[in-house]
Amino acid sequence: MIEENLLIPREVTTEENFAPGHRACIGCGEALAVRLVCKALGKNVIIVTATGCIEIISSLLPQTSWRVPWIHTLFENVAAVVSGIESAYKARIRKGKIPQRDIKFVGFAGDGGTSDIGIQALSGAMERGHDFLYVCFDNEAYMNTGIQRSSSTPYGAWTTTAPVGEKRPVGQMTWKKNMPEIAVAHRIPYVATACPSYPFDLMDKVRRGLDMAGPAYIHVFSPCPTGWRCRPDMTVELGRLAVETGVFPLYEVVNGEYHLSIDLPELRPVREYLKHQGRFRHLSDEVIEEIQARVEADYKRLREKAGLE
Amino acid sequence: MKMGRIVGLEGSFAIAEAVRMVNVDVIAAYPITPQTHIVERLAEMIADGELDAEFICVESEHSAMSACVGASAAGARVFTCSAGQGLELMHEVLYIPSSMRLPVVAVAANRALSAPLSVWCDHSDAMSLRDIGWIQMFAENNQQAFDLTVCAYRMAEEVLFPAMVHIDGFFLSHVIEDMELPAEEDVRDFIPDYEHPFVLDPDKPVSMGCYAPPFIYPETKKAQEVDFEATKQKILKTWEEFGRTFGRHYSPVELYRMEDARIALLVMGSLSETAMLAVDEMRDAGEAVGLIRLRLWRPFPFAELRAAVKDIELLVVLDRAISFGMGGPVCSEVRSALYNLVERPPVIGFIGGLGGRDISVAEFRYMIKRARERVNAGEEREDKPELIGIRE
Repeated sequence: MIEENLLIPREVTTEENFAPGHRACIGCGEALAVRLVCKALGKNVIIVTATGCIEIISSLLPQTSWRVPWIHTLFENVAAVVSGIESAYKARIRKGKIPQRDIKFVGFAGDGGTSDIGIQALSGAMERGHDFLYVCFDNEAYMNTGIQRSSSTPYGAWTTTAPVGEKRPVGQMTWKKNMPEIAVAHRIPYVATACPSYPFDLMDKVRRGLDMAGPAYIHVFSPCPTGWRCRPDMTVELGRLAVETGVFPLYEVVNGEYHLSIDLPELRPVREYLKHQGRFRHLSDEVIEEIQARVEADYKRLREKAGLE
Repeated sequence: MKMGRIVGLEGSFAIAEAVRMVNVDVIAAYPITPQTHIVERLAEMIADGELDAEFICVESEHSAMSACVGASAAGARVFTCSAGQGLELMHEVLYIPSSMRLPVVAVAANRALSAPLSVWCDHSDAMSLRDIGWIQMFAENNQQAFDLTVCAYRMAEEVLFPAMVHIDGFFLSHVIEDMELPAEEDVRDFIPDYEHPFVLDPDKPVSMGCYAPPFIYPETKKAQEVDFEATKQKILKTWEEFGRTFGRHYSPVELYRMEDARIALLVMGSLSETAMLAVDEMRDAGEAVGLIRLRLWRPFPFAELRAAVKDIELLVVLDRAISFGMGGPVCSEVRSALYNLVERPPVIGFIGGLGGRDISVAEFRYMIKRARERVNAGEEREDKPELIGIRE
């Protein structure tokens, strides 16, 4: 059943802490997601961003899109920088150097910055238990450098470093790394998946993540028309199709307890999601069936974890 | 001012005392030999309530420096330390605080680089850090390790650049020496609380670490270089004030028995103490030999070095690292600093002490003798340095 509160408009702040006028591509799902996340974060926040699309589109000197304190240093160290900021406030408040403050510490990175090059720093920060929220904006490849494959690229997808050729007709030959499960394995209090196509669900999850003491991880599915070779007006629809086909299920894991944000009695065929995207257009029926079987098996396993099977 | 206490302290413990006395807020470190005793001692101090700080036991040196950057950007006084491979893993991040004007302070317990693996001292790690844009100083004993660590905070926070103190791994980090430990109040007076003018604070939002295309990147680098050059005056002022307060005096280039010297040795780090013994012996034998110690490595002390060598006939430089296919890095920098002088001594380079190999007083005497022979044989223009103490 699709839960009503995922879709029904409610009062949302008109405040934009991620200011308009940034340099994202037309139809950018990530920029949309960042905007929504920032609405939920509010003003009392410090954001650390990895090198990548978000940083490039928002911080071209001497301009900035950030109306909240923001820092970028490198690609792979977001969670470590957040650790330092959180510890600095903790120590300075305890030592009476600054008055008591209730500031939220947040890290933003893409799928490459999270599941590949930044996974060590993230794992360390989650293990140490810093009080922070980490948001991974997953557009399923290194889009900023020109659509190279990451460990988060789905099986079968074309990318510039997993191209489709005579000898290698599939594109990406490996299955997408399950980053939310890796976060769950750290036994942190809050893990969730979200998508800007479900804006209220996304914003609720950000607020819940912020309210948890300790590390929280949200994995945000962010369609990328440029890299996925699809129409820029398909961004929101592709997010919905990814959820409705079971390709990207929305769920939360609160203190180890799984809860499906939307439980679909029946999944739509993955073909309906794949067919709009140029990155999948080379796929044979056999490969699509392989993907279908995998998606169904994964979805079943997720339902089992949520106690629904 | 209170009297200091004379104590026997390991170099690592001396540094930990300095970090405690300046009252750091955040320490982020990853263990690596021979830096470990510093972080172990700091962890103990926190556990015993002698130091109130957050200790982030990070999962790598890359994250150690990244956490220091974050903490410093949030206004904290921070500390980290590393060595050898750790500094290499940290390398990418080291450029960030210097470009973003964050006064991070770090200690490097200098160690050789793999392969083959060696945990022992040389300056290969330090030499790969020449261009990171940090204030960099070399200590030669445990007293200096303490003093320079204290001074590093004053310098860094006044100029908003990071500062690094190099100590020789094991030779200082693991050796107990007599030293004077000043009273904590005096150190606190010397290192007052500071406020970074632009911290990450929701009340005053700033964007840090933006992206710079060609139309603006070079201007940011010019600004950095102009300001970094200007740190020299504050470094001198800090040392002058430190000398007045604590009675120990430092300068960018420190001279030993250089009066009337015809030949000078130039050394960095703990080997200068052995070199002093060699100079004493040679002076006793009637030879006009002196010693130049580079205390300040960055910004490079051009004027002081030129003044130090203006009357000598031969300069002998000992490097504790190899720049493969090039020679000794210190030697090549010293040569380049002197090149534009009309009158300059020949500079003969030696490389030694790699991977913790000792250099004896006799070997320093040998270097002087060999350098003289080479000049007499007309070989002084030959660039190739001799590796000393090698079994062929």
